[in-house]
Amino acid sequence: METLSHLAHGFSVAFTPVNLMWCLLGTTLGTAIGVLPGLGPALTIALLLPITYQVAPEASFILFAGIYYGAMYGGSTTSILLNTPGESATIVTALEGNRMARSGRGGAALATSAIGSFVAGTLGTLGVAFLAPVVVKFALSFGPAEYFSLMVLAFITVSAVLGSSSVRGLTSLFVGFVIGMIGVDLQTGQPRFTFGMSQLLDGVDVIVVAVGLFAVGETFYMASRRYAGKDEIVPLRGSLYMTAAEWARSWKAWLRGALLGFPIGALPAGGAEIPTFLSYAIEKKLSKHKEEFGTVGAIEGVAGPEAANNASAAGVLVPMLTLGLPTSATAAIMLSAFQSYGINPGPMLFMTQANLVWGLIASLFIANVILVILNLPLIGLWVRLLKIPAPQLYAGILVFATVGTYGISQSPTDLVILYLLGCAGFLMRRFDFPTAPVIIGMILWPLAETQFRRAMTISNGDWSVFYKHPLSLTLLTLAFIGLIGPQIYAYIERRRMRGPEHVPGDA
Amino acid sequence: MSTSDQQPERPRLAVPELLIGIGLLACAGAVAWQTLSIPVSPLYSKVGPTVFPYITMVGMTVLSLLLIVAALRGGWQPEEEKETPTDWKAMGIVAVGLVANLVLIQPLGFTAASVIMFVLICHGFGSRRPLRDVLLGLILALAAYFGFARALGVNIGAGFIENQLNMVLDSIIRMLRG
Repeated sequence: METLSHLAHGFSVAFTPVNLMWCLLGTTLGTAIGVLPGLGPALTIALLLPITYQVAPEASFILFAGIYYGAMYGGSTTSILLNTPGESATIVTALEGNRMARSGRGGAALATSAIGSFVAGTLGTLGVAFLAPVVVKFALSFGPAEYFSLMVLAFITVSAVLGSSSVRGLTSLFVGFVIGMIGVDLQTGQPRFTFGMSQLLDGVDVIVVAVGLFAVGETFYMASRRYAGKDEIVPLRGSLYMTAAEWARSWKAWLRGALLGFPIGALPAGGAEIPTFLSYAIEKKLSKHKEEFGTVGAIEGVAGPEAANNASAAGVLVPMLTLGLPTSATAAIMLSAFQSYGINPGPMLFMTQANLVWGLIASLFIANVILVILNLPLIGLWVRLLKIPAPQLYAGILVFATVGTYGISQSPTDLVILYLLGCAGFLMRRFDFPTAPVIIGMILWPLAETQFRRAMTISNGDWSVFYKHPLSLTLLTLAFIGLIGPQIYAYIERRRMRGPEHVPGDA
Repeated sequence: MSTSDQQPERPRLAVPELLIGIGLLACAGAVAWQTLSIPVSPLYSKVGPTVFPYITMVGMTVLSLLLIVAALRGGWQPEEEKETPTDWKAMGIVAVGLVANLVLIQPLGFTAASVIMFVLICHGFGSRRPLRDVLLGLILALAAYFGFARALGVNIGAGFIENQLNMVLDSIIRMLRG
């Protein structure tokens, strides 16, 4: 009940004309960048971070949340019509969605993904509103040792458990650690990792890292791949309305997807890949139209994963707001936006910044309504965006990337770092290193260090705080299992399947 | 290694992956050098500024060694990446565009440098209509410049073009205010 009154208050914040305008701007921009290949919410929010110096926190978070949700809606359009998943979360949508588009049912695929996103996004946002206060009550009992252990667990899950290789994931994470430590150590005033350069004393801005990895790296990658086959836009045919049969096949998939996506997103592991793949597998198993999977395209295979994707995007906000624990690159950049306002996300956020938190949650409901309108009746507009030719698109992205980076300090040093990180981003993309752990690592490592020092100061330098507190021990044990478990599992599988034979590429 | 009769194909050394592993090992070396050069103040006892750098150093070293081992055992590139040849020429032109921007942004200002970068990148991606690209680049660069400079209040390096336009804008605003 308390939650409902908070929510009502939140709506009174979100429903002011100015904040509604920010929400509309964010959702429109989010849909556009979601549709455009090569642009994602993490990059866009990073480029817009300077706005935090200009407007109230409520306004910028409503804008950022609109971009975050909008990109999820827009991304599915690209997957369905172009078969080029803009991000890992929409790979599954492309599987069936693009087949549906090719067999002339693109309209229905777009409709089920937009309405499914709305249903799951709304359920997920309700989940945030009701789960967050519970987590807050629980988190109030956390000490620094528990926070540190929780961060260790998140480090392992975002890098080693998800993704194709734990060694490569952890490498990305540690590269993020190195970047995050560049600059002056706030507690002792010692410069670290600056190579004697005064330009590095302030550290490397997250904007530079995100833009370098996501924009410059992606541009290099696309330039190098011109020999790879081109995907063609499937023209949008068929009505946008779903038949009664399609509704009947969709709604259960939406609900199952949402129920799968939200809890997995809300765990301190994050990631939309697992819930979308799980949802796809479940829908395929339960469907009465198995013959449509992989041939003409099955609507359940679009509806379920799309819902799972959006619900898990909402779920990610729970650890971000209640614990200050980002589990995706976008959430990590939003966390740095909080830092730019001098606000520390965490359980206290719900007491000290009630306006901001509940205004943000309320605006997510509004964003969902705006987005379903933007993405159904106005779909033709977004399809047109897909026709922007690649040369001008990527050149334009780099113009904006330069503005965003050069504008921070007007120092060419930042541009040099940006382009070097772009080369690194290209190599990472080319050799299958995940990029999100770099961003999460660089934001979260200094915070982990702070909690670690606090814990050690309280315990008078006694290391046992980390394993004598039962909760901290549990979290560290889970992290250890997350690190070792997949290796053992893979080893057993390999023995069982093929005997003691080496499998290349198991790093 | 294998005990079965059928001798499996010996995994071949993957050169690009090996270079990446060695490069990361070199990074770990740089991290070690920087970690060791952090002065430790004797005043502070519990957890000094070097604990986390040491953890990072050890982690980087172990991970780069693991990657080198993986490279020696055949690498990890996905098949489809291996099969597609890299378009070095396109990448080179894009890189030239970035370097041109870096060199020209201070003497010429943001807009002019951006237009040159825009045209070069378009060319790298295969566009063969430079005049149209100059026009598009100019529109985009001005939109980006005024969007960021005026709306977000970010101060970007102004050159000749921006100064002229800013003067025009300011005089228009003055005229409107009467």
